[in-house]
Amino acid sequence: MVHIVKRKEMPFAQTVAVRLGIIGIALVVCGVITALMTGLNPIDVYGTMFKGSFGSPRKVWILLQEVAILLCVSLALTPAFRMKFWNLGGEGQVLAGALASAACMITLGDKVPGVLLILIMLVAALAAGAVWAAIPALFKARWDTNETLFTLMMNYVATQIVAYFVIVWEVPKGSGNIGIINQSTEAGWLPKIANNKYMLIVILAVLLTAAMYVYLNYSKQGYEISVVGESPSTARYVGIKVNKVIVRTLLISGAICGFTGLLLVSGSAHTLTTTIAGGRGFTAVMVAWLAKFNPLVMIGSSALLEFMESGAGEISTIYGLNQSFGAILTGIILFFIIGTEFFLTYRVVFSKKKEGVANV
Amino acid sequence: MGQEQPAVRLRNISKSFGPVQANSNVSLDINRGEILALLGENGSGKTTLMNMLSGIYFPDSGTIEIDGQPASIGSPKDAFGYGIGMIHQHFKLVNVFTATENIVLGLQDKGKFDLAAAADKVRSICDTYGFDVDPQQKVYDMSVSQKQTVEIVKLLYRGAEILILDEPTAVLTPQETDKLFAVLRNMRDDGKAIIIITHKLNEVKDISDRVVVLRKGEYVGEMVTAEATTQEMTNMMVGHQVTLNIDRPDPEMKYRMERIRVSHLTVKNREGITKLDDVSFSAFTGEILGIAGISGSGQKELLEAIAGLQPVESGSIEYNVDDNVTEQLIGMDPLKIQDMGVVLSFVPEDRLGMGLVANMDLTDNMMLRSFRSGFSPLADRKQPKHLAQLVVDELEVDTPSISTQVSKLSGGNVQKVLVGREIAAAPTVLLSAYAVRGLDVNSSYLIYDLLNRQKGNGVAVVYVGEDLDVLLELCDRILVLCGGKVSGIVDGRTTTKNEVGLMMTKLGGGEA
Repeated sequence: MVHIVKRKEMPFAQTVAVRLGIIGIALVVCGVITALMTGLNPIDVYGTMFKGSFGSPRKVWILLQEVAILLCVSLALTPAFRMKFWNLGGEGQVLAGALASAACMITLGDKVPGVLLILIMLVAALAAGAVWAAIPALFKARWDTNETLFTLMMNYVATQIVAYFVIVWEVPKGSGNIGIINQSTEAGWLPKIANNKYMLIVILAVLLTAAMYVYLNYSKQGYEISVVGESPSTARYVGIKVNKVIVRTLLISGAICGFTGLLLVSGSAHTLTTTIAGGRGFTAVMVAWLAKFNPLVMIGSSALLEFMESGAGEISTIYGLNQSFGAILTGIILFFIIGTEFFLTYRVVFSKKKEGVANV
Repeated sequence: MGQEQPAVRLRNISKSFGPVQANSNVSLDINRGEILALLGENGSGKTTLMNMLSGIYFPDSGTIEIDGQPASIGSPKDAFGYGIGMIHQHFKLVNVFTATENIVLGLQDKGKFDLAAAADKVRSICDTYGFDVDPQQKVYDMSVSQKQTVEIVKLLYRGAEILILDEPTAVLTPQETDKLFAVLRNMRDDGKAIIIITHKLNEVKDISDRVVVLRKGEYVGEMVTAEATTQEMTNMMVGHQVTLNIDRPDPEMKYRMERIRVSHLTVKNREGITKLDDVSFSAFTGEILGIAGISGSGQKELLEAIAGLQPVESGSIEYNVDDNVTEQLIGMDPLKIQDMGVVLSFVPEDRLGMGLVANMDLTDNMMLRSFRSGFSPLADRKQPKHLAQLVVDELEVDTPSISTQVSKLSGGNVQKVLVGREIAAAPTVLLSAYAVRGLDVNSSYLIYDLLNRQKGNGVAVVYVGEDLDVLLELCDRILVLCGGKVSGIVDGRTTTKNEVGLMMTKLGGGEA
């Protein structure tokens, strides 16, 4: 007979060792699968993945920027998740912010000075993202609607609105694309730092991470979020206005998503498409969960996922593999990481059935 | 009974949950035709031990023999196979089904499904043992005691020979308890083995033939009930001499004033069902006002209405600041009440789900009431840390540290944390709901003592309780609720258990 028994609590160092060991095992399994399915030498494949991400300074900066943007979306979702409000609308909230930024760049680009334009864009993007998140929050607070479905559906609404405006602003007419906005004037583009166009986004993400960490763990509002998430009736009992906290937290969550939309439009892409959020609203859910909603750990989990992503792209081009192969490898690694959690808290005991004795 | 083969023989049973050793090397015999009381403080491993017998947990080591044969009980189904059945504190019945449907639910007899025959069999079981069940009654129409009866009949129907009851009287009135004990005795005389887990020593004395005492997961001894006193049982259970009398100092009449006056309070729940109907009473300073009633008679709604957590249909709740100033509490939320300067402490029934946050540590739970203080957007954790340490030291909370999650503490310690925090606010009104439910003797007496000290400080204490013996010993006055109405208010010093018991089941009774 098999029994699942809870473990004694492990020392922290041991859990770290177990986790690292598991990632090692995951890499070996990935290697075996690579060799079996493609006939390639797994060491070469890993080498290529590594080169794809860290092969040149430019590649490193691109990776850093991607990590930064994914991190921002994950940070945005985290306060909502800590409150057990499952905001799956990151995608739509990022799009709302992106749309607002692009609208300002296109309509005000030649009318107001650069710094002022960026400030207006910032306000617009924050507000757009916040509104997009606040709608499901208000419904949740007032009528207890299901936030998971509601936020998810808001994504599709946002995509369609963006699709509409892409047609309104398309250049040239009939192309279905907006193209690079304000290419000649660079109005509304985020400034370069030390002639590096990626630097600012990375710095902003670092600041945001620190701020979110402090907000969640040390502020009164962060404390309220935890109480509401853990037990709404306790929150009511001590006079916390649960509905107010839900809406306030989602305004923050949405605003940061909107801010990420601004980073995408004004900082890196300089255009607007319906796919500009690129699924980050969903990947961020995974990043946040893997890090157990700890902003500092999210740096690691978002880096891991982005590294796998860019590595997968690289091996698919070099070896002519299907892009899905990278996804398979990512899946295996995540499977192992998540599976570890179970074995860190429980152990499995086998015992002989007939004797009625559980051997220790 | 000693010469016969025991029905169950447990030998050297051990079980641990992570670092917690719930049972270690427990050996005991359970005989047929005997009611065995399993006695022990919270966390002494009674329920864990019985859960291993009923297939919910599997022992880490040790052997179980049923009728002399080695047994391996890996699931509740295995347990049924050995004729073992357990009645849990929470019933597992389908509301929209009748008694009979619930009883046969999940059985896989060969042949055609015959509900009428099943109902007949249920009836004959009821007649044999004296159960009072209508096989056709739907569960949602039943009282708590009837539901419990259905659970017991369900086990008998399935041929259970060994019955385990986990605190069966916690939800019953004295009269219902007597009825339950009568059928238990009938079952014993029929040769069944019955194990009853309970905290109430009077009941142990009343019903059991033999008492086995566990302490800290270990078997400490057993005695024949008829030859033991409740004092001896307590001493063995706690491990040292304890006094079993609850203090009841006389209220300080000099400063006595009416602190809270509730008039014509009517409350409906979300479904529109009237939970409180025209309730009026006063709570005085320096007094413990007991509230008795069958569970669900409106106790919860009454306390929550005073605490500002329950919307009110009509009526008024007045708080007298002093002889001249009176505040209306209806329409206020807890925060507004606090802002008015009314320090109203509330120890709710649901400790971990309402009074505390289970997954937060002691410090963060201490902050719940006070985290808003100060202008900084950051929360101050220094004061709560001091408070947590103070509560741990003063109330002897058994915890590894103040940064341990409260969900990892035992029931008594959880309650100490909650009561400690609520008393630390220096309240003028202290509301408590089932403050000692599930607590062992030591912790219970500590809580009574804390309540009495608050009373001595001039606090108006409201004590909602279920153990009538305690209510009668502790409270100055007792308000009895029956179906949301005030059945009467009696003097705790002169009333009897029987009088209060009758008032709980039907309206009317003395006024004090």
